[in-house]
Amino acid sequence: MAELDSDFIARFFRDAAIRLEERRDELCQLDGFVGDGDHGTSMANGFAALTELVRGSSSHARGPAALLREAADRFLSHVGATVGPLYATGLLDTAQAMEKDAPWQVREFPRFMAGIARGIARRGKAGQGDKTMLDAWLPATRAAQASLARGASAAEAARDACEAAAEGARATASMIASRGRAARLKERSIGHRDPGAVSAAIIIEALAETVEATPEAH
Amino acid sequence: MQRFINNPDDLVDEAVRGFVKAHRDLVALHPDNARVVVSRTAPECGRVGLVTGGGSGHEPAFMGYVGRHMVDAVAVGELFSSPTAKSFYDAIRAADAGNGVCVLYGNYAGDNMNVKMAARMAAKDGIEVRTVVANDDVCSAPLEEREKRRGVAGEILMWRAGGARAATGASLEAVQATAQKALDATRSVGVGLAPCTLPANGRPNFEIAPGTMEVGIGHHGEPGMEVVDLKAADAVADDMLDIVLAEQNLVAGDTVSVLVSGLGATPVNELYILYDRIATRLDAMNVEIMQPLVGNYFTSLEMMGATLTVMKLDDELRALLATEASCPGLKVTP
Repeated sequence: MAELDSDFIARFFRDAAIRLEERRDELCQLDGFVGDGDHGTSMANGFAALTELVRGSSSHARGPAALLREAADRFLSHVGATVGPLYATGLLDTAQAMEKDAPWQVREFPRFMAGIARGIARRGKAGQGDKTMLDAWLPATRAAQASLARGASAAEAARDACEAAAEGARATASMIASRGRAARLKERSIGHRDPGAVSAAIIIEALAETVEATPEAH
Repeated sequence: MQRFINNPDDLVDEAVRGFVKAHRDLVALHPDNARVVVSRTAPECGRVGLVTGGGSGHEPAFMGYVGRHMVDAVAVGELFSSPTAKSFYDAIRAADAGNGVCVLYGNYAGDNMNVKMAARMAAKDGIEVRTVVANDDVCSAPLEEREKRRGVAGEILMWRAGGARAATGASLEAVQATAQKALDATRSVGVGLAPCTLPANGRPNFEIAPGTMEVGIGHHGEPGMEVVDLKAADAVADDMLDIVLAEQNLVAGDTVSVLVSGLGATPVNELYILYDRIATRLDAMNVEIMQPLVGNYFTSLEMMGATLTVMKLDDELRALLATEASCPGLKVTP
């Protein structure tokens, strides 16, 4: 089985950056309903900075945990708002988990997702149902774990994670925000999907695609 | 949109550059960070450093309050969006003279997270960081949940008190305590008449029906306490004063500082109409007003409306407000 190494992470960052750039305007529009209309810009620019980090082959020289730590730094220096510190903490927590027992195999990718979700939850003091990005990250992580426990292939688990994330993002439309800027809007936030959950689903799509593109994942 | 903009993506950087050029006697751009503005007088040996920061679109806040006896460095964010942790960290480093840094900022989710991460980064450099989180906006949460309230124009008075105390050479603990005391003595309320438009978004970020006003509106259009029919200016001033005084317990002989700020698009003469009524009422209560401020001190792009801030002064705060301060947004000569 292939390892979840720096090369894997680099491909994931590039794929996520492309998808977020494509949907920059849509995310900004979504954020315009509940926030300040710049979520697409924050996320696209943030992942573009990560792509910059893994440009060329130099990224492959570092271990995956070290790469994630540098990625966290990039987020802290390029992205403000809440998403900067939230994803930075998610990347840091994943790096810490990885430092304990690297290397991870690609089929252990739910641990990667769990690390990000844990960091986001820790920094944002939020949980599922708060109409945040965790409403995509948490169900997606659980779905991937459950698939693997059932004996599914890594590729199948990745697809399940993707679907759970998309469903989780859709479900935020009927929630009342209790965190961040949108929380100030109270019931005015109902009816709109949380932009952070939608961008999280896009990032999870990229992660799933990276897993599926690994020949040994099938 | 009828706006003076080149490209919406560049507007924050261009505004910061123009600001620094216009006020180069008082401020400079951080050499390595185009989103940090530093006072010409910082860092000053033997003095605690003061830092703040926040989203753009509130000019002259936040960078307008960088200067002598005010804030030493400011982190500048995107429009209505918290600065990065790195920018807060660079501001903290620029303000530190070895005596520690007090970060005085407003209670918003992004700012809370980014300041916390910046403080941790600074701690690794051996810089001691204390924070005071402004929550002067009365209508953003009930008194028993004061920790949930947002910070608004009252931050200016907090910076003023903290900056004046730091100028005396007081310790980090003492500066933090004074800033906290100033904040605890300060209450604000906003009334909105028309929304604002973020250029990247292109349409108003909320609605206020013609002929109505939103009492308790936030600095980014956060919903207020209630939407009511627009009243005559005196009645609006009365409502605003009643809201802030409800938590102030003022008695005859007290002294207060009063700040009436426009939100961006309200003509300044209307701010004076509000102030006329506010001053008349405080006078009738036999409450003295020290150093009133009326103008566009803390705006929200081109939102129409005003905020009222009242700080109740004790002897220490009165003495601190009597000292000199000089920054692009505010000049006080004793």
